[in-house]
Amino acid sequence: MIAMITAVKAGLLSTPQDRGRGGFAHLGIGPAGAFDAPAFRLANALAGNPSDACALELTLLGPTLHFHCDARIAITGAPLPAQIDGVEQPMWSPLFIRAGQMLTLGAMRTGCRAYLAVQGGFDFERVLGSRSLDVNAALGPLERPLRAGDVLRVREAADGRHGAKTNWSIDPRAWFDPEHPLRLLPGTHTRLLERESREALFSRAFEVGNDSNRVGLRLLGPRLQLAASVELVSEACVAGTVQLPPSGAPIALGVEHPVSGGYPRIGQIAAIDLPRLAQRRPGDALRFAPCTHEEAQRALHKRERQLLKMETAIAIRLKQGA
Amino acid sequence: MNEFAAEPLAEDALLLRFGDSIDPRVNSRVHAAAARLRAAHLAEVGEIAPSYASLLLRFDPLAWSDAGGTPHARLLAAIDPVLHGMEIDSARGPQTRVVEIPVCYGGEFGPDLSDIAKHVRLDAQEFAARHAAAEYTVAMLGFAPGFPYLIGLDPALHAPRRTSPRTRVPAGSVAIGGAQTGIYPRELPGGWQIIGRTPSVLFDPRRESPCLLAPGDRVRFRAVENAGFHALSERSGHGPPLPDSGDQG
Repeated sequence: MIAMITAVKAGLLSTPQDRGRGGFAHLGIGPAGAFDAPAFRLANALAGNPSDACALELTLLGPTLHFHCDARIAITGAPLPAQIDGVEQPMWSPLFIRAGQMLTLGAMRTGCRAYLAVQGGFDFERVLGSRSLDVNAALGPLERPLRAGDVLRVREAADGRHGAKTNWSIDPRAWFDPEHPLRLLPGTHTRLLERESREALFSRAFEVGNDSNRVGLRLLGPRLQLAASVELVSEACVAGTVQLPPSGAPIALGVEHPVSGGYPRIGQIAAIDLPRLAQRRPGDALRFAPCTHEEAQRALHKRERQLLKMETAIAIRLKQGA
Repeated sequence: MNEFAAEPLAEDALLLRFGDSIDPRVNSRVHAAAARLRAAHLAEVGEIAPSYASLLLRFDPLAWSDAGGTPHARLLAAIDPVLHGMEIDSARGPQTRVVEIPVCYGGEFGPDLSDIAKHVRLDAQEFAARHAAAEYTVAMLGFAPGFPYLIGLDPALHAPRRTSPRTRVPAGSVAIGGAQTGIYPRELPGGWQIIGRTPSVLFDPRRESPCLLAPGDRVRFRAVENAGFHALSERSGHGPPLPDSGDQG
């Protein structure tokens, strides 16, 4: 039997995402994928899925979904009100929903992105190795964000069981902490910033601009400039690259970044803090703190160990509760 | 002689820089290095992506880490022997494909052709003939999936970008931006001067090879008449339009 879910309301920008599309940068095709990767992985873990199952990434306002099947689900990321048939539900917890029930997800109180995973994962065919929607390139099995009326198919869960009601959740504080300054590695052209700009980069707060999205976040506030202009040829960009366009307002690139760019590169947000970048919404303040490559690697490895430990612990609890 | 500089871009990204300008010789070294690194099948290296003068490598930082140091140094130590003696490959010229692209120049398909021909003091036919006479190299793909940046444009045809970019450039448009020429794989916003259009499909994610062109490929344009264009288009067809994207086309 194929399990189905109907979108009654689509939310502001709800997109299918997995770990993203690797291996195609040489063809001009970027990775896309879940912007807040740890929150995405934990949603899958709590739903009883492998870590790369396809989930929905929700933006600022969640969707309303009508389930036509029993399912275990989980919601992680930015805090939002979640109700099943009008009854408030916790986030960061395995939830059980019955065929015929309605899941209503509201507006995020803080942060910008949340994840909804369903046991078995959303059933989309892979396009270039991934089910992720690259919104900007209109690339993915669903070539556009979710719309009201869409019917989503869910894959049959590997163990076929949806488990019983649970009453535990994981502590979100380690996984949702967007206020913290973002650690910034030196970039190719950081040293070319004029002295005041270099100081402002770490001493002043930026504000996330309204035209920010998965491609990049525009950072308003202190205008930065190079001590002298440089002629650059286009080079590779990655998520977290902070570019300085001629306007002087930096752009922090997200998961739908262009694969290359010709603007000066004034820093690189440490990978450990990309989830925090993902959780900044327009109007939020954003600060940078200097960081070395060694520190960034250590922090990333430590978090990966924590995530693996948490995923294992969740899998064991789900098995015990089933 | 491995003349490149290595820069750690991110925890999982290393950039190898072979120069700092748009130079066909530098670009051919980039492609030669990319070919060698692909053939070496380095473990847990997921991307090998050339730009004009540099090459991006993305890898699993957990797999390449060692006690104390960063994974970049370990990866670099693995790369060095692979690239050793690479100058020989790039001097010989890589084993590349030549892809022929039919183009209908001017008229409704090339609305900027007569203006930029005038700008460089050529008549439109002469401009188109010279554009089709050269052999180009795909220096890199970027801006949008499958968008080729082609180098090898006749210096007499270099033309500035439009002062106000178009919000919609049709799929298949062949255009000139400065010293480069390129082809829009889908409908996109763009500021390059449009001189013609091809019915060839440059990007189709559901094809086995999603992109018609790969980095390092050689490209020749073949002028076709309006009628020929329509005959060819019936066999190909273009994908749906794309919303606003990037800043470089």
